[in-house]
Order: sequence, then structure tokens, then C-alpha cells
Amino acid sequence: MFLLACPHCGPRSVDEFKYQGEVTRRPPERPTLRELTDYVYFRDNVAGVQREWWYHGTGCGLWFVAERDTRTNEVLRTEIPEPSRGRTPAPVEAAVPDTPAV
Amino acid sequence: MRIAPQPGERIDRRKPFTFEYDGAKITGFEGDTIGSALYAAGRRVFSRSFKYHRPRGLLCCSGDCPNCMMTVDGVPNVRLCVEPVRDGAVVRAQNVLGSLERDLLSVVDRLGGPFTPVGFYYRTMIRPRRLWPVYERFLRNVAGLGRVGGADGHARRYDTEHRRAEVLVIGGGGAGRQAAAAAAAEGRQVVLVDERGGVTAGGPYEVLAPARALGIYEGGLVPVDAGDVLYRFRAERIVVATGAIEQPLVFPGNDLVGVMLPNGVRRLASEWSIKPGEHAAIVSVDDNGLEVAEDLRRAGTEVARVVDLRAERPVHLAAVGRRGRLSRLVVDGEAVDCDLLVMSGGRQPAYSLLAQSGARVEYDPQRGIFVPTDLPPGVEAVGSAAGELGPAAVPAASFDGGRNRGRSFVCVCEDVTEKDLKRALAEGFDSIELAKRYTTVTMGPCQGRLCHVSSIRLLARETETDEAAIGTTTARPPWSPVELGLLAGRHYEAAKRTPLHFRHVEAGATMMWTGQWRRPFDYGDSEAEVRAVHESLGVIDVSTLGKILVEGPDAPELLERLYPNRFADLAAGRIRYGVLTTDGGRIMDDGTIARLGDELYYVTTTSTGSESVCEWFEWWNAVWGYDVEIVNVTGALAAVNLAGPRAREALAGLTDADVSNDAFRYLDAKEISVAGIPCLGLRIGFVGELGYELHCPASAGEHLWDALVALGAVPFGLEPQRVLRLEKAHIIVGQDTDSESNLLSAGMPWIVKLEKEDFVGKWAVEHLQERGVRERLVGFTMDVLPPEGAQVVRDGRPVGRVTSARVSERVGRVIGLAWVGPDRAEEGAAISIRVDGADHPATVTLTPFYDPQGELLRS
Repeated sequence: MFLLACPHCGPRSVDEFKYQGEVTRRPPERPTLRELTDYVYFRDNVAGVQREWWYHGTGCGLWFVAERDTRTNEVLRTEIPEPSRGRTPAPVEAAVPDTPAV
Repeated sequence: MRIAPQPGERIDRRKPFTFEYDGAKITGFEGDTIGSALYAAGRRVFSRSFKYHRPRGLLCCSGDCPNCMMTVDGVPNVRLCVEPVRDGAVVRAQNVLGSLERDLLSVVDRLGGPFTPVGFYYRTMIRPRRLWPVYERFLRNVAGLGRVGGADGHARRYDTEHRRAEVLVIGGGGAGRQAAAAAAAEGRQVVLVDERGGVTAGGPYEVLAPARALGIYEGGLVPVDAGDVLYRFRAERIVVATGAIEQPLVFPGNDLVGVMLPNGVRRLASEWSIKPGEHAAIVSVDDNGLEVAEDLRRAGTEVARVVDLRAERPVHLAAVGRRGRLSRLVVDGEAVDCDLLVMSGGRQPAYSLLAQSGARVEYDPQRGIFVPTDLPPGVEAVGSAAGELGPAAVPAASFDGGRNRGRSFVCVCEDVTEKDLKRALAEGFDSIELAKRYTTVTMGPCQGRLCHVSSIRLLARETETDEAAIGTTTARPPWSPVELGLLAGRHYEAAKRTPLHFRHVEAGATMMWTGQWRRPFDYGDSEAEVRAVHESLGVIDVSTLGKILVEGPDAPELLERLYPNRFADLAAGRIRYGVLTTDGGRIMDDGTIARLGDELYYVTTTSTGSESVCEWFEWWNAVWGYDVEIVNVTGALAAVNLAGPRAREALAGLTDADVSNDAFRYLDAKEISVAGIPCLGLRIGFVGELGYELHCPASAGEHLWDALVALGAVPFGLEPQRVLRLEKAHIIVGQDTDSESNLLSAGMPWIVKLEKEDFVGKWAVEHLQERGVRERLVGFTMDVLPPEGAQVVRDGRPVGRVTSARVSERVGRVIGLAWVGPDRAEEGAAISIRVDGADHPATVTLTPFYDPQGELLRS
């Protein structure tokens, strides 16, 4: 068990959050089937620092991004990501992976 | 056969307890275990071994080995040596055909020996293939230990409790108690967990005993088995004081009844004041084994021979027995008569929990043991578990028996012999992990306590390497056997009740679970309820629907990008059906979206989908950064669906609003007052008849319901609703769709607006369009009722499956939905559906079974 700092609420027990997988890049334009498959199904699964989505489900309901070392669960930082609204990709396109079974 | 009180006696002879063992009454005293009481009553055979059905007696008396496992009060595999005596307990032997003394299955040992080497059935029982059912029946009968349930099965309640401790001490031996006392003296909140219950409570720290720590998981999570309760401990500091485990020696006859480990003998003689035997011999690599001689002499047992393996190096060593019982020890040709043999192969730190927590395990060649090192933060080891043990010689991996050729057991749990391990090696299973999987050594009830080191030592000798190179197997939870019931204990999940719950209960509804919700299955007569909706008026509680408000300047754009169809052009006061998909194209959820204003939408979801849809909306909103507020109002509102030909007339009687077909059209959303309650009225029709969904504050739900029922609306439950929606071929997401279903295969291409610039799932649909779909969801009619999940077959092979099927009175046939190959997705196509082994014809239909044009909905 470890603590996660919600950008709104500060450090809280990880039990309050829902983990939603590593941050992936949603293709800015229509992808080929291979690119689509890659984006929807493949993950880097790094042993090291990973950027990932968290949801403060039993708290304030904020979606944010954390940088966590997957080997030690050390959370290096948490932040509200820059939105990427249009079709033109922002420098860091904060895109989302497919959800697990809902 | 009790002797005079011994110095360390732990029994209270004034307090007798009587229990039943295989029909006989046995008496023990307080402080006795069932095992010690049986031993005192002269019983020596406590079990039959797993494979060969060899008689086995007490070995460790410490709860480590499998030798005394019996069924107590219907609970199988109870270790009698640590199970306290209690009045009225019913104790039965297990894994025997006949009795422990005469087990008919022991024929395996006498005849089967040459035919049952390791891996025998992997290789032999695969052919001829048609005999497999016979093999399987046999194997299922002999596999496993003990029986669960049955006539003398037990019903118990198990609970799970979450607890915290500043310091959790595992093990109540000297080192554990000392660590607990020290931490308590520093003002820490300490909990000590002890397997045996020998620690007295009431001190400066809490004692849980008898209780077993099952493992150490990430983040200091320690599940503790306390019988009926599983404690999930989170501890800041974990002190492991699990001690050391006495190791056996490997020599022919080392499993005979009468061969014991030092502590077992010590406990019998000194704690329970029982004479362990008449004539004893000792073979030991350390002082621990030799010191038992003193206990034995006090108990009146003659110590006939002591072999100190540090001084003597016998070439041949064997135990010889009659009928499975020890009769003499033979050392280099010299025989000593004895009925008790104490063997000591040194003590191995019980490091498993430490290894699970992340510690490394290192071999100490001087002492021949594995010692834990590099403990992770927050975990400590004290006492013998940390390797604080006296000097010992490293025993030989095994002893040759010379002329005495009995079996040398490495693992008494699984009956794995030295020969089996050598054979596994010869067949190429030369790493410890492979040899373990092939022979099942260390995989029995003792979980390697008595065989782990022996098997590594043997492998090292045979492969001419050393123990460090062989390494250990991965330590995994559970460290102690645990009842499955305990792991399945109650977790107190919340049940959700709708605001109308008690109206349903009062009306005699049969309640059922749908996800976390409790909903009426029906009110006693599903068919009559279906008829009421078709012919007159019905009302159903749909408060379980997810209800989400989406509001803000960017609300239209957010919904445009979340749904495959258009919502920006939806006029205020109008409703549209929507399906959510993922970027992989999978159907996630469906519902209706009503536009209540320029910047305000009211979204409904499936009953189980409200939370996940809300999260989904918020997630994409965070990604794109739209100016939108998303509020889940599911619990704040009650909702009912009033449906049937009389729906308009009934509604008109309760409101001043104009509900004529021109003023309140199909797919209109209107705020109206019904029976004095402010409602959001949605004219939609899941069940296919003229209908209105009325959403109102939860607190007013019962009032609205009562008003509708007073007008003659017949309450209908989920089952009639399922029949009605099936007549309309309306899908239920999750019932008719699965993780492979997409908009094209589910027959909803009309909902996809590919001209939109972007929406979640668009690319998947585009690719599907190019590649074609593998399956299609279609309706079918037939004359027998197939179970849901029934197979659609062609030429005897499955090509699809039924997801929903019901008898429809209105259609006059069985109707249903099924997944079929795309070539069968044609109006009138013939398919076969297998019901009870026979194939029945069915006809595909692509339009709703009832009112295909939706005229009733619009009327």
C-alpha cells in the first residue's frame, strides 16, 4: 500500500483511487489497423518510471496523471495533464488506453 | 500410557476431555492435543501416505508434516498434533479404504511399486484414449486428501476483517515474544500471531492464537488465518519470528512409524508426559538431536544407540520395520532393536514469509542451511528464522542402506523418493523448479518444510554442483494450508435498493440481484404481467437506470465525440438512443440522451453502467479539457416506466400538461407535473408499447408509484420486461453483447455517423467496414426453448450461440437473439440450434418480432 498525492486533495491512501493504466498516445489522425491495434491493445509495461492515469474515485472524482516507479511504487509526481482538445496534437498528447471490461 | 509428571508438563490432569476416534472413546487432558491423546492411548498409526498408502505415525508434533492429518468434525486435513482436545469431537481417519491398521489401498505399496514411478500417469494413462474415462474416475478417486462436504460436511460462517498494527510479530517463540515485549515497551501497538496458542494473552501486547500468517504481500499486507476470521493486517513493521524447522535425514525406511524428529519426541515426553517408546536410537547432526536423550531417559525410554554424525560417518544407514513399524536401526551392518528413532538433519530457518516479502535467500555451506538476507524495509527477522542457530554438521544428501533396500523418502507428503528425484534428473528435469513440478516434491501439505532442503541437497549431489548453484524454489503464499471457506469469507458488499424497494416487497415480488441492485423478478405471474402491458397498462421500477447530467458550453461537443451518432443537432426537448463504444470498437453501454437545454443533457445508462459511464465521460473530459460538468444523479432520482395502450389516458388523469400525441410526441422529453410531483417525462419505449418514463426526486417515488397503481397500472418485474423487450429485439448490453461485439456485428450500422470528424470508436468501425465482421447478432424464431448459451450448429459443429430466448405468447413462438456467421444474417435464413443434444430448426429474422415498424410507440 502506498500514498498517492491527488492534485486536489493531497496525499491519500491508494485504496481511494482507481488505476487506469499507462498513458498512451491516441493517434491524431486515422491510424492504420496496425497502429490502431497497437494503441488499443499494446502497452509498454515498463519496469521503471511510468506515466499513468489515476481516478480519485472515492474522493473528489479527479482524473490525473502520476509518474510512478513500477518496481518500488514510489510516486515521483502527480499532475493534472494539459488537455489536448482539437485534432491537431498538442506537444504532449495525453491520450487514453482502452478501458478494461466495463 | 502416561508417566509421572515431567518438568515441562503442560497438561492439567484434573480436566479430562473425551472425544470419539473411529468409534472409540478417547480421553485426554487440558493441554493435550488430539494427537497426543491418541498417542497416550497407544495409537501409533495416524495416517496412510498419499500415494503408496504406507502407514505413517507422528513425526514432527509441531504442525509441520502431513503425518497426522485426519478429519475432525467434518473438516478434512486437520493436523491432530496441534489440534487441542475438546469434548465430543468426532475424529476420523482419511485416505484409507478400511482402517488405518488395514488399508486395502496399501496394495499400491506392495505391488504397484515398480509400476508407479514418478510421472507414471503422465506417460501411461494417455493411451488408449478411449480408456481415459476409466482412468479419470480412478485418478479422481485416489487424488487429493480428505473429502469436503458430504453427509458429515460442515457449514460455517467465515468473516474478513481489516486491521492495522504498528508492529506485527509473527511467531510466539522466545525471540518473537522478546521482540513483541521490546516494541510494546517503546509504546508501540503490537500484535503477536502464534500458530500454536502456547503464548498467554493479557500482557502489554495483543496475542492472536492459534492463528497463522499466510503470507506477506506488497505493502505489508499480512493475511492471518484465525479459524473463522481472516484478518487482513496492514503493519508498519513486520517482525518474522517463525523459528526453524527440524529437517529429516534421507535413508531407507526413514518414513517408518516410530521414526521421529527431535522436537516431536521432546513434546511427547516432556510436555504431555507420555513414554514415547521402549527402546530408542538417535541419529543426529547437531546437539538438538542429541539433547533428546535426556528427555527420553527421564521418561523411562532406553536409549540404545546414539549416532552423532559429526563424529561418525557411517557408510550404510537404514531403518528396518515390520508392517510399516520400526523394529531396528542398522548402522554399517550393526543392528540395534528399537521402536523409536530420533533423526535430526539440522534446523532450517523458516524463511518463506521473508522470501515472499522480497528478501534474498543465501546458502550457508558451513551449516548446510539457507539463510535470509537483504530484508526489505519494514520487515525484520529475529531468532532462528534469521539464522541464529547453533553449529551443525552438513548431513549427507542421502544414506545408502547397504543390504537394506527400503524406500528413502525425500518428501513424505507426496511420497517422492530419492529414486524418483534421480529419475526426474535422468529425464532432463535438472533444475529445482522443473524437478519440483515433475515430481511434486515440496508441493504437498508441508509446502517444503521437510523436503525443500533435502531435495536441493540431493540435486546438488547428483548434478555435481553445490546447493547455492541449485538455488531455492520461489516461496509463494499461502505459507500454511487454509480453508477455502476462509478465503471466500463475507466481504460486506453493499446492496443497492431503489426508492420503491419496499413497495415491491409489500406487493410480494420475488426479489433478485442484478449487479449490486435488488430488483423484482416478477410479482408472481410473469405471463399475466406481460399481458397487462400489451393489453392495458403496466408500470415498472426503472430507478436503477444510470442518470447523468452533462452540462456546460462544450456539452454538445463532448457528446458528439463520445457517441457514434449526432447530439449537437438534437433539438432541446428531444431524445436520441446512443451506444458508447471504446476506441477498440467494443460496445460498452447504451441508453437514451435527452437534450434539456442548449447546454444541458440528461443521459441514462444501463443499470450496472452508471458509475463506469460517468468515469468514462469524466476521463475523456479530462483528456480533452472541455468546459463541461458531469454529475451522476442516479441515486437522487426514482424512475418508473408506464407502458401499455392505456398509458396516455392514465397519465392525462394525473397531470394538467397536454400529453396528446401532438404535444408529447414519441422521443419527446418534457418537464411535467404528475400527481403533484415534478417529473421529467421521457416518451420512449423499451418494452414496445406506448410508454412514458417518469423521473422524479427519490423521496417522491413512492407517492408517484402509488398514484399510478391506483389508476390500475399493473406492476411488472424484470422477467416480463425481458420478454417484452425481446419481442422488440432490443438488446441488453452485456447479455446479448460481449467484449467482441461492435456496432456493425450487433446490427446497428445506422447509428454510426462516419461523416463526423472524430468520435471514440470511429476508426475501429472504419476498419471493420473494410474487413467485414465475423459474426452477426440476429433474431430467430423456433418451436423449442433453448437455454441461453445454447449453440447454433452447422454440420454438427458450433457456429454461433444463443444470448436470449423466451416464449412469446404474443408472437406465438419461441423468440430469441443469437450470434451467427455473417452468411446466415439474412431474413428467413435457416439455422439449427442444439437443445438437449438434438438439433432444432430455427428461422432468422432481422426485424423486431412485434410491431416491426414501431407504430405502437408512435401512436
